[in-house]
Amino acid sequence: MLAQAGRGHLASAFSITEILLVLYNHILKYRPNNPEWPNRDRFILSKGQGCLSYYAILAEKGFFPKEKLTSFCQAETFLGGHPEHAIPGVEISTGSLGHGLAVGIGMALAAKRDKKHHRVFVLIGDGESNEGSVWEAALYAAKHRLDNLIVLVDYNKMQSWGATKEIVDLEPFADKWLSFGFAVRETDGHDKRQIYSQLKRLPFKKNKPGLLICHTVKGKGIKMTENNPEWHHRRDLKGEIMQNLYQGLEDYR
Amino acid sequence: MVYRLAKKDKRIYFIGSDLGYGTLSRFEKEMPERFLKEGVSEAYIIAMAAGLALEGKIVYINTIATFLTRRCFEQIVIDLALHKAKVRLIGSGGGLVYAPLGPTHLAIEDIAIMRAIPNMTVIACADAKEMEKMMPQTVDWPGPIYIRLAKGNDQIVSRGSFRIGKVYQYAQGKDVLLVTTGITLQLAMEARKKLERKKISVGILHVPTLKPLDKKTILKIFKSYRAIISIEEHSLTGGLGSSMAEIISEADFADRKFFRRLALPDEFPAGYGSQKEQLVKNNITAGDIVQTAVKLVK
Repeated sequence: MLAQAGRGHLASAFSITEILLVLYNHILKYRPNNPEWPNRDRFILSKGQGCLSYYAILAEKGFFPKEKLTSFCQAETFLGGHPEHAIPGVEISTGSLGHGLAVGIGMALAAKRDKKHHRVFVLIGDGESNEGSVWEAALYAAKHRLDNLIVLVDYNKMQSWGATKEIVDLEPFADKWLSFGFAVRETDGHDKRQIYSQLKRLPFKKNKPGLLICHTVKGKGIKMTENNPEWHHRRDLKGEIMQNLYQGLEDYR
Repeated sequence: MVYRLAKKDKRIYFIGSDLGYGTLSRFEKEMPERFLKEGVSEAYIIAMAAGLALEGKIVYINTIATFLTRRCFEQIVIDLALHKAKVRLIGSGGGLVYAPLGPTHLAIEDIAIMRAIPNMTVIACADAKEMEKMMPQTVDWPGPIYIRLAKGNDQIVSRGSFRIGKVYQYAQGKDVLLVTTGITLQLAMEARKKLERKKISVGILHVPTLKPLDKKTILKIFKSYRAIISIEEHSLTGGLGSSMAEIISEADFADRKFFRRLALPDEFPAGYGSQKEQLVKNNITAGDIVQTAVKLVK
């Protein structure tokens, strides 16, 4: 994808890869041949810039052919730099931050009212949590007692401009969510076993929305991209840089 | 109205954003599951309504027009319009209705900003009767709708049938055409009476649906008038007048057309007073229409 497009939010994608793998391998109920299956669990990648990992997993699961992946960001593709709802398996278009949680609340509320048993998962970022709309929505998730809503936070402690601590410190992060009425848990966001053990039994607490803080490393997996703000988004992915990336991936294996 | 629609259709939800005490209490009492009493959180409400709509609900939201459009503009564009979500934004107090409360509460650019959004429908009815005929059509209309409400208890001047997306000829004339939306229809009707006394033959074209705009019919009607005046309780920028100007300037009419816009100037209205006082102050009255028409047809 990156080699074809020459650009992408690589580091944002690497920090959520294991979270997405656990969700799509073990937790979410879905039917790739029928993406609109009414009883599917809803998943919203609210931090849309993480779409590289997302597309790869959707293709792996058969929502669309893997060959499509190389069309990333091309003029005629449906796989853009942020996910669109026209992509099979994608619920809503994201990219502008701070929308997914509130939309997810609407979906979870509809499921409650219709007495349906599917669940709504929303993956948000830490930089995204700078948006007031995230906290506006957070006020209401507990009010509506949405225990069918699980928020996953990719807490890699980095945002586009640098460390979240320097831009605006989110700590005490877990306490904030707790005080908004969420049942809060924390996990190593790259340890698939740990993520799975947190998510295998839901809800975290009856009548409460759940929130899992996933401690992650931005750009996880390749030494030169880890915790390096230069890798939040790049437009110069070719030649030597791509070779270094491939080498880095080989070493990670 | 929403109550009656909801009684008939279980898909219909209502969300209020910190409305006045007792609003729609019958709805709340009889259909509490579909009545959401939310706080002063417009961005959340719009996005949450999008979530409901994507699950097959038809969501009506009411709060003050300016907060329902400006405060949550991005949520409207992305969560509603991009997803063609069936959410109906009912904006109370379009235009100068909240004049006594000052510039923070006025909605004088709502039509301009809503009209700029793809997939959006924009409606401003003349009176309660027109609203009543319009509302049942909102249930199955595709995509989001912005409905600009007037003050309420406005003089009933509308008549005939109503379809979203259509324009209505309230009078046919030869000299000048008055184009209206919302409550300016009553001003045009009043002005017409005065102008007819001056032997000026006046047509009236009412445009309650500002988007999608029935350009074909508008063009056809424009052809037979030399002078056209648009009248709106909205900023000069981007509203009814602007959209008529867009049509006229691209029409390649064989004859020259004389066109004027009666609208609010591109500035924050000064002072308070009533809606009517503000309209007078900003030269949007039947008398102003008469004056403009007389000058144009001379």
